[in-house]
Amino acid sequence: MSWTQISCQYDGTYFGFLSCVFDCYVNREEPVEFHGPEDLCCSLYPLRTVVTDEEHARRVYRSFAKFGGEGRRLAVRTFLTCLPDKELWLWRFLRLGYAQGARVGQNLTDPTVDRVRKAVWHLEHEAHMYKGFTRFSDLDGVLVGEIEPKNRVLPLLQAHFCGRYPQERFALHDRTHHEALFHQPGPNGWAILPVEDFSPGPAGAEELACRKLWRTFYNTIAIEGRYNPKCRMTNMPKRYWAMMTEFQKDWDTALPEVKPKA
Amino acid sequence: MELLDKLNILADAAKYDAACTSSGLDRSGRPGTIGSTIVAGCCHSFSADGRCVTLLKVLQTNICVYDCQYCVNRRSNDVPRAAFTPEELCELTISFYRRNYIEGLFLSSAVIQSPDYTTELMVRTLRILREKHRFGGYIHAKAIPGADPLLTRRLGLLADRMSVNIELPSSPSLALLAPDKKKEAILTPMGQIRDGISESKREIAVYRHAPRFAPAGQSTQMIVGATPETDRHILTLTQALYDRYQLKRVFYSAYMPVSSSPLLPVAEGFKPPLLREHRLYQADWLLRYYHFRAEELLDEAQPDLDPRMDPKCCWALRHLEFFPVEVNRADYEALLRVPGLGVRSARRILRARRVGPLTFEGLKRLGVVLKRAQYFLTCSGRMMEGLRVSEDGLLRRMVALEAPALAEPMPEQLSLFDSAV
Repeated sequence: MSWTQISCQYDGTYFGFLSCVFDCYVNREEPVEFHGPEDLCCSLYPLRTVVTDEEHARRVYRSFAKFGGEGRRLAVRTFLTCLPDKELWLWRFLRLGYAQGARVGQNLTDPTVDRVRKAVWHLEHEAHMYKGFTRFSDLDGVLVGEIEPKNRVLPLLQAHFCGRYPQERFALHDRTHHEALFHQPGPNGWAILPVEDFSPGPAGAEELACRKLWRTFYNTIAIEGRYNPKCRMTNMPKRYWAMMTEFQKDWDTALPEVKPKA
Repeated sequence: MELLDKLNILADAAKYDAACTSSGLDRSGRPGTIGSTIVAGCCHSFSADGRCVTLLKVLQTNICVYDCQYCVNRRSNDVPRAAFTPEELCELTISFYRRNYIEGLFLSSAVIQSPDYTTELMVRTLRILREKHRFGGYIHAKAIPGADPLLTRRLGLLADRMSVNIELPSSPSLALLAPDKKKEAILTPMGQIRDGISESKREIAVYRHAPRFAPAGQSTQMIVGATPETDRHILTLTQALYDRYQLKRVFYSAYMPVSSSPLLPVAEGFKPPLLREHRLYQADWLLRYYHFRAEELLDEAQPDLDPRMDPKCCWALRHLEFFPVEVNRADYEALLRVPGLGVRSARRILRARRVGPLTFEGLKRLGVVLKRAQYFLTCSGRMMEGLRVSEDGLLRRMVALEAPALAEPMPEQLSLFDSAV
């Protein structure tokens, strides 16, 4: 017997989504659309508003162990991607996972697995790029950086940067998703928090001198006889350039920041 | 002299070193230290020539006692000279590292006074970095040929990767262009580093806290195009280095005219052999990851790589009896021999076919690029639909596939106004 098709409204968090999965399985319902808390829902399908229940969410989360290592990774990370209708794809992936078990991680030619896998690859690739292309500025002893990623990469970057700078206080702001990673020395001294307005002050003299040194190095290290702008652009797409110290002008005191789109 | 000028001079002097990788070692950061390394390496920027910038690549000094013809730092060359003090260089590294500009330090040096003195200077720099600043990031150090083995060992205990440049692909070339360097003087430290690494691995198996000697391995570099060696000679040498010295990487650097010595190609109108360098790297990859041997790629009848297409394609066209390969049954090594299939595609095929038989449609979904591979594959015994080519046609198509990338830069559009001025 086929399940009743419904439209699902939840609070937009991962735990909220997992609660949706729980409720849908309990009530034998098949969500065909997902809505955030603020969306105006006008839909032909009956609307179900799901209240986030942490206990239920954890039960669903634990069940991902059935998907094997690879399947579990996809089930957890898809929610961070910028895949359109990611909840729906993730729901389809979970259904497939419960049906196929650990095989779902290997089933690369299935259209759902394919879509989810590519989205997660995009997320992980972007996170890897930002490991290198993020730039911090020293503002009175605190390192401040800004990024503008397409996917929510901060949870993936957290372990990297907190492990790399255990003795530093730093803040990394994600402009797209309005959240920031904060870190201070000490065990578990980090948090990813939503931020409304993020405006660090201008850079001091020492910071400016350091940026100038870096630009000097960057411009010197290129060999003129091998000039190859296309290769540079392939490896480092221009959307990253806005935030990089290399491409700032000497008189810029602000953080390298993303120009608002025209 | 200002730090800015020093950096300018010493980065400029170091830029012809091709190796700029930070791979081969996973080390997580610990409280009280700064820095970590990741096994895949991490590119922090790309310079205008498209090369990755991952380490702060500088020389300790460019004051040199040698007079190697191909080198920009040779004694007889009239260039500004400078030297970093160990403290200066450490401060610079740390301030770049904190801002996430770099993954670590690449420290090389010209030979000031003597190889021993130079190495001592480098050891002092690295010691301050590791012990005073407690720096845990990546350090690549160049061993100086001719230095005392004990000094080289101390350098290796502080660095993550070591390298000795083999400079030129044969000893006659070396004798001609670098009269102060001997082949033996280069190979001795290389052998010493190899032995140090394997000994350190054995010790770590017994004591977890045994000192680690160059844990990310060693690499080398040679200049291509300054001397008349064939590609076959270079690849055979490369293979011997991988086999005998267990190198992680061999880098090739297309010769850039930095000198007007009569022993070298004439500088005017000289174009660095970038395409040849590219083909050599492709062949190098085949040796390291694709289970190829140098003898398979090139022989006496064909001593140079074909510039028109990649070495794997060339091999496939000469060994058509090996193909087509059946996607659903072939083993990993056979899949790797198919032009257009890489390590990732081959691994994905192995995984996906455990669930069900693969079709060409499925291959596309896996991310396999069929542009080249379609001519060499069958899925469940069938070739790609509508595909029919003769042997001759195959060669032409393969060449045509690469032609657009190899084309000269686009001619500029004519302007109505420029010429009028």
